[in-house]
Amino acid sequence: MSAAIDWRFPVRQILNRLEGPQTLGRGRKFWISAGAVVALAMAYPLVADAYTVGNTIYFFNWVFMAMGLCLIWGYGGALSFGQTAFFGLSGYAYGIVTLNFGAAYGLTLFAMIVAVAASAVVAAVLGYFLFFGRIGGVFLGIVTLAVTLVFERFMAQTAAPEWRIGNARLNGFNGMSGMPPLTIPWHGGDIVLAPDIPLYYVVLGLLVVVYLALRILVNSSFGYVVVAIRENPQRATMLGYDVRKYQLATFVIGAALAGLSGVLYTSWGQYITPSSMGITAAALPIIWVTVGGRGDLTTTVLGTLFLLGTFQALTIYGSQYALVVMGLLLVLTVLLAPNGLVTALAQLPQWLDRRFRKGGVA
Amino acid sequence: MVGFLYQFGDAAAFLVLSACGLAIIFGMMGVINLAHGEFIMGGAYVTATVSKMGAPLPLAILCGALAAGLVGIVLERLVIRHLYHRPLDTIVATWGISLIVSQGTLILLGPSLTDMSTPLGSVTIGELSYSVYRFALMGVAVAILAGLYALFNFTRFGVLARATIQVPHMAESLGVNTRLIYSLTFGIGAALAGATGGLYAPTMSLVPTMGAQFIMEAFVTVVVGGGDVFLGTAPAGVALGFVKALMTTWQGQLAGQIGLLVAVILVIRILPRGISGLILRERA
Repeated sequence: MSAAIDWRFPVRQILNRLEGPQTLGRGRKFWISAGAVVALAMAYPLVADAYTVGNTIYFFNWVFMAMGLCLIWGYGGALSFGQTAFFGLSGYAYGIVTLNFGAAYGLTLFAMIVAVAASAVVAAVLGYFLFFGRIGGVFLGIVTLAVTLVFERFMAQTAAPEWRIGNARLNGFNGMSGMPPLTIPWHGGDIVLAPDIPLYYVVLGLLVVVYLALRILVNSSFGYVVVAIRENPQRATMLGYDVRKYQLATFVIGAALAGLSGVLYTSWGQYITPSSMGITAAALPIIWVTVGGRGDLTTTVLGTLFLLGTFQALTIYGSQYALVVMGLLLVLTVLLAPNGLVTALAQLPQWLDRRFRKGGVA
Repeated sequence: MVGFLYQFGDAAAFLVLSACGLAIIFGMMGVINLAHGEFIMGGAYVTATVSKMGAPLPLAILCGALAAGLVGIVLERLVIRHLYHRPLDTIVATWGISLIVSQGTLILLGPSLTDMSTPLGSVTIGELSYSVYRFALMGVAVAILAGLYALFNFTRFGVLARATIQVPHMAESLGVNTRLIYSLTFGIGAALAGATGGLYAPTMSLVPTMGAQFIMEAFVTVVVGGGDVFLGTAPAGVALGFVKALMTTWQGQLAGQIGLLVAVILVIRILPRGISGLILRERA
């Protein structure tokens, strides 16, 4: 009898946690269309060929890193150029663990956790020096970039056979390869998550979970403090918050997400190279997040997927052309639409409406 | 001992020359120019081209610096000027420019230019021989610092520039064309990057991504140095040059870079405003 009220109440409660001033999109319309998008994404492998499915997983792999940067930079206001360092670190860590211990008994999942944790720990140590030294805006960017570049150079010179950890050779510039894909232990044989339909659903599921979790995070009291720090660190300090701890926490979460991308990428293609964290690679997450709209998770996800697709389409002509277009897009976005193209498009109806009404009154 | 001193001088000169253009722009305008490496590459390319046409090396380097400086002024007008109130966005925009320039160079000029040969030969001290050109670079690093000191302290431009940096609206109300000052300052920074590229062009392979070999060192020196070129960049270059030379002679090139990185991370924990921040606070 009271069933109608009973199921509505928890749904409302969950939605309340997912919505708030920190995220775009609320209400029934938004969630129904979001559900429709996920349903379409779930139906997609049924109609697409195996290559396209594998390629779509490749796109999804990067989104975690972009969401991490969105949290650190868009919400926290701290510009980190170190995302690809954590991407590479976790990728290599996954390779080292799996090449040494194999893929049996779900050890790849253990390797994934170890690899992501490795990024989180390194981020915590580096972040301690950066944030507890209270270094200012631009310095954070260049120090994290310097760390990334040195890490890349370090991995690139590990070609000699003595650079090995157990059975895993680091292989210098050519990178590490041959690590097993993720596997899920199951009755009657493990499920091997090669770039195919099962992996597609796993990564899509992770994507939805991480997206919703981050929405809850930024709309929680933690998220409010993080945004308050972005707006005015001094004011946040005066209100009694330890700015450094909140910055460190967002930095670690963002780095762990970059690490997750690294693990997924490495297990997807079964290789990782130093150039995946070089200066060109490091620019890409910045471009996705800036062009998409760094101030919001949804615009970041949409912008990242859109740019990955565009980039791949342009790479047919050669990656240098694609990179020039990406660079141009970045400069133009910063100059003309500082909140990102997706945000600008989303606000276009309101803007036109305002223009139109003003015109009508005058 | 002579070997270590040579390493040390070479490292310090490299750090000071890599960083001075970046430091001028950062110290004066608070802008980090991530296209710094591409200005260096541009300077090196122009220098190589002009010298191949038969011009003497100093003239070729001057052309490289001039070209980079002019491009810098244009860039300041087109892009940087609109972003002064958004320092983080300047980094992002200049990174976009860096991508466009390095990849555009790859498209237009191919994967490499013919390398130049290192001039001036070598000299033997004790058992080892040393490149005379690298000694000359140490001298040039000192001369550039002296020249900048003179420019900012003894010329009308220097006085106006310092006034603009200290209290922009006050300088403006006294009739200083602050926009021009910003433009020229950015141009000087870019020209210094171009000169650095020209100076090192004979010593390295000329590829579109060669700028990346300078920027890590430049960043580190600017972060350790802080906002002031003379009280920051110069001592930071010397101190970090020592660290780099020590690590390099001990464990090789890469250890030198790792040493720099560790040094910078430790220094920012203790001196978030760099060496010049420390010196200026003590004086105040």
